[in-house]
Amino acid sequence: MATVKTLIYLIVYPGLLFLFLYSTFVEWYDRKLYARLQNRMGPTHTGRFGLLQPIADFFKLMAKEDIVPDRADRKMFSVLPAVGLAIVFTAMLLLPVWNYSLDRPSVTSFNGDLIVLLYLLSLPTFIFFLAGWSSTNLFSTIGGARVLTMLFGYEVPLFLAVLSPAVLANSWRLAEIAAFYRQRPALALVNLLGFVIALICVQAKLERTPFDIPHAETEIVGGTFTEYSGKKLAIFRLMMDAEMVVAAGLLATVFLGGFPGGALLGLVNFIVKTLVVVFFLSLIRATTSRIRVDQVVSFAWKYLAPLAILQLLIVILVKGLIS
Amino acid sequence: MKFQIPIGPQHPALKEPISLRMTVEGEIIRDADLRLGYNHRGLEKLAEQKTWIQNIYLTERICGICSHSHTTCYVQGVEKLMEIEPPKRGQYIRYLVSELERVHSHLLWLGVAGHEAGFDSFFMYTWRDREIVMDILETISGNRVHYGINTIGGVRRDLDEQQVKHILDSLAILRERSEYYQHLGTNEPSFVARLAGVGYLSREDAIALCAVGPTVRASGVPMDVRKDDPYGIYGEVPFEVCTADTCDVLGRTVVRIKELFQCYNIIEYLLKNLPSGPVAVRAPRRAKPNEVVSRYEAPRGENIHYIKSNGTDKPERLKVRAPTLGNYAATIKMLKNGFIADVPLIFAAIDPCICCAERAVALVDARSGQERIISMNALKKLSRQVSAGNARKREAEWPL
Repeated sequence: MATVKTLIYLIVYPGLLFLFLYSTFVEWYDRKLYARLQNRMGPTHTGRFGLLQPIADFFKLMAKEDIVPDRADRKMFSVLPAVGLAIVFTAMLLLPVWNYSLDRPSVTSFNGDLIVLLYLLSLPTFIFFLAGWSSTNLFSTIGGARVLTMLFGYEVPLFLAVLSPAVLANSWRLAEIAAFYRQRPALALVNLLGFVIALICVQAKLERTPFDIPHAETEIVGGTFTEYSGKKLAIFRLMMDAEMVVAAGLLATVFLGGFPGGALLGLVNFIVKTLVVVFFLSLIRATTSRIRVDQVVSFAWKYLAPLAILQLLIVILVKGLIS
Repeated sequence: MKFQIPIGPQHPALKEPISLRMTVEGEIIRDADLRLGYNHRGLEKLAEQKTWIQNIYLTERICGICSHSHTTCYVQGVEKLMEIEPPKRGQYIRYLVSELERVHSHLLWLGVAGHEAGFDSFFMYTWRDREIVMDILETISGNRVHYGINTIGGVRRDLDEQQVKHILDSLAILRERSEYYQHLGTNEPSFVARLAGVGYLSREDAIALCAVGPTVRASGVPMDVRKDDPYGIYGEVPFEVCTADTCDVLGRTVVRIKELFQCYNIIEYLLKNLPSGPVAVRAPRRAKPNEVVSRYEAPRGENIHYIKSNGTDKPERLKVRAPTLGNYAATIKMLKNGFIADVPLIFAAIDPCICCAERAVALVDARSGQERIISMNALKKLSRQVSAGNARKREAEWPL
């Protein structure tokens, strides 16, 4: 029984199948919302309300010609999309969706999985950098350098913002943090500032406006992905969509009380809560303009990092008060 | 580490071919080089083979955005050569279309600026509202892009009461929307952070490098042909020259938005004081031997047409100086010591119309600097010679 459960966990929900379908749905949701906010229609043609458009795009790209530049590092160039996708799909398994028990830590839910998840979410950034670097294209190289420059800005505030709820919950295990805030919903309000900071940092991590600097098309063409085409680009795009789901799931677990209710009710919880997070991400995307890479770093260190430390201080004070 | 980045001739930030070569250190531009000649027009030569009337439709096709600017500039010059004066009503309609064109051009530019800065929502909204002014132009002239309303001695179509009412109603909507864009363009923090201080061009440099239009006005120089050398009806229409003193892209945005409101005022004035009478007078077929320089304030800046006649029904020479050409020298100055990220914004801020400014292609030997003329067949032969040595690439494989 345990083996079957594990297999379902890996392949069906929340593993491969669910994550693939759900990340294409989230891409549709994001595109549609972004379009409606801009007074456009968004996808309408493929499937009902254009729901199948991201899947159609995925298969279209899979069928396109796949070009590797002559001067690129061939092995590195080809293996990066697959590694990136594997990392993001692995990160998804760490979210406490079902098949975990609060008393008994398991492979997918253990003390410290919060850190592992954050680490797994940092790796795609390096994948993007390596992808840009190994393409040997001028625009890709600049894109890759910008990816790393931005990382120095948003990574520390993100970690601080996500860790402060963990400090209050007195646990480094995602399932326990979520359970803690479910029992005391009022305490979740303490982390409001941290939630806003984490939203902004996740927006930067996902490289969406105003932080779409590494692939700013009017400046450096396709940025890191300039040389990528066909299957590899399709996999990269899927990876970014899946990364959005995982990042939204992480924020929902840490700040919004997780996904209680077992497999079925948990699924509903998961979808509603991640869509709420993605809604905010789309809103930021529609209402801002792209900023410069130096502005990202100064903004992150002047405002985000001090605010994240303030959040940590608030959490420590509140913790002292309640104990 | 210094390296060169080519922006163009093909690049997503450029809608037309031009080559900007930037020498950069990290993200900072140390030197910029502008290369023209990717677009061959042959337009001035063609103008010498067409009659005065035919040339109106030729000059209209110099540009797709400021088509009316070029015909008006041309027609003004030809009218001076033929010593005729269009009737008042004709002039009012002609410059009404001019101002409507300025509105559509500035709204278009606002959208482009938003897009270059990565603010696509702004782009979508301004272009949606640009449709209103496009519709007005369509009701006046029947066309959205090339209005074909000018003729020598006046305009080709009259306005009726219903059209006047329609324009005034639409104008109220445009005014309201423009106020919103003024607020958004100068208050949205991430947008302003991208525009402020970018592409600095001091007042002295702007004058020395002969910048024109909103670029020079944003550097605090109130230079506007409509005020400095009033043509047509501009002597009797009340309006202000809009300037800004920030000397950057934000200033250029502010100048354009302010000009939108001036345009609305001018349009309202023209419609409310529309005189009655004919819209055109009959023009002679030939013009006496003479020459004339016609100046016109296009949305992008000062447009100059030099026309020389020789007593026949065709011009001897037509020389067009589009406003974009006047701004190239200033662009190089603005690009230096900026960020790579700001290149599209700085370049877009002069509202470049590359095909307006391009004329002919000259073949120059890179080593000796010698110019030469080459026939199409010789060019084909040369390209075959070059590619003959290369190994043939394998055919693309079907990936599935």
